[in-house]
Amino acid sequence: MALNKEQIAQRIAKELQDGFYVNLGIGIPTLVANYIPEGVNVVLQSENGLLGMGPFPFEGDEDADLINAGKQTITTLPGSAFFDSAMSFGMIRAGKVDLTVLGAMEVADNGDIANWKIPGKMVKGMGGAMDLVAAAKNIIVAMQHTNPKGESKLLPKCSLPLTGVKCVKKVVTDLGVFDITEEGFRCLEHAPGVTIDEIKAKTAGRLVIADDVKEMTF
Amino acid sequence: MNKVVANADEAIKGIESGMTLMLGGFGLCGIPENCIAALVRKGVNNLTCISNNAGVDDFGIGLMLQQKQVKKMISSYVGENAEFERQLLSGELEVELIPQGTLATRCMASGYGMPAVYLLAGVGTEVAIGKEVRNFNGKDYLLEYAFDSDFAIVKAWKGDAQGNLVFKDTARNFNPMMAMAGKITIAEVEELVPVGELHPNEIHTPGIYVHRIFQGTDYEKRIEQRTTRKKN
Repeated sequence: MALNKEQIAQRIAKELQDGFYVNLGIGIPTLVANYIPEGVNVVLQSENGLLGMGPFPFEGDEDADLINAGKQTITTLPGSAFFDSAMSFGMIRAGKVDLTVLGAMEVADNGDIANWKIPGKMVKGMGGAMDLVAAAKNIIVAMQHTNPKGESKLLPKCSLPLTGVKCVKKVVTDLGVFDITEEGFRCLEHAPGVTIDEIKAKTAGRLVIADDVKEMTF
Repeated sequence: MNKVVANADEAIKGIESGMTLMLGGFGLCGIPENCIAALVRKGVNNLTCISNNAGVDDFGIGLMLQQKQVKKMISSYVGENAEFERQLLSGELEVELIPQGTLATRCMASGYGMPAVYLLAGVGTEVAIGKEVRNFNGKDYLLEYAFDSDFAIVKAWKGDAQGNLVFKDTARNFNPMMAMAGKITIAEVEELVPVGELHPNEIHTPGIYVHRIFQGTDYEKRIEQRTTRKKN
């Protein structure tokens, strides 16, 4: 069975290491915060100006002045810090953020990513995504393996306007876990019940299967 | 020195059609609600607005879009606004989308007196088209120019007659750097306190950057995505 969104987030959470500063994008990446492993302390960065993002507030405690980059109401934690947008992207640009998790429309087998624009259709803008992908040391993409038409989102070359060039390090989809390598997508894990043949059929970019490929565990 | 003005209508005196304005805020968080309402009342048009977002259909800069007062938006993200999208696709509105960190830093550069900066975001993408590229330590960077604006309009939590400002929580966002980047900077505050009440240690924006200040009224502080959890 292909993973659901919660399971994709749960698998990505296993990549978190104690002491990491992490920026989670909108959508599936936001869910990663729900699965931070026991004993692993990470600090979540929200690029609108907060380090130490806490959970959603209890009903009635929402504060319009305290939101995350997805404009959701949030809370702070002991040790949180506020700052302005220039400093926020300063720390991102300077490589202080250890891991960025974001969604994508397309990823190419060289690590290119496209997630901000569909010419003639969608013109919402890139927000902070271009800054994040240009600077983050480690970028994991969380996305569905195929688009609603069933076409592969893991491509030899992105067809949509790029957000960043050769920057993605790892992709976690509903079908498996893939490192970006010189040889293209390297399949490290497959989702429980998903066959390697299905992954091969649904991956348009260059694909190699790791010798020790294994079934994903949570 | 008296920077205090009575209200938003007085604060925006001198803003004319065709000018370039910076407006602080992230989404609807920390936006200058009173001045936006005053700009709608004044009816100035052909404005170029530099702001991270364009509000929603019926709030924030969306109110100015409804009245067709904006000629061009310079933003990083303009979702959540159907009227914006309609005007854009019909060609009534120009838009320049730029990466969020680049937007913040171009404002900051202006306030620090730097004409331009080299930034990473957008290298190898369509954002880089027409921009000077320079390699430092093996990495390519884009030359990005400081932003100029005729007026910067920001929203703070507290301020005093000297123009000193303190922001609250994530409502700080773009406000401090836009405050630094206006030829004339207008600050609307929730609370105008007597000079001396703000401790010098706590001031986020020193008053030298602020030319006009007033205490706003009737803040709606709309929430775009109200997300909560249940108590047990």
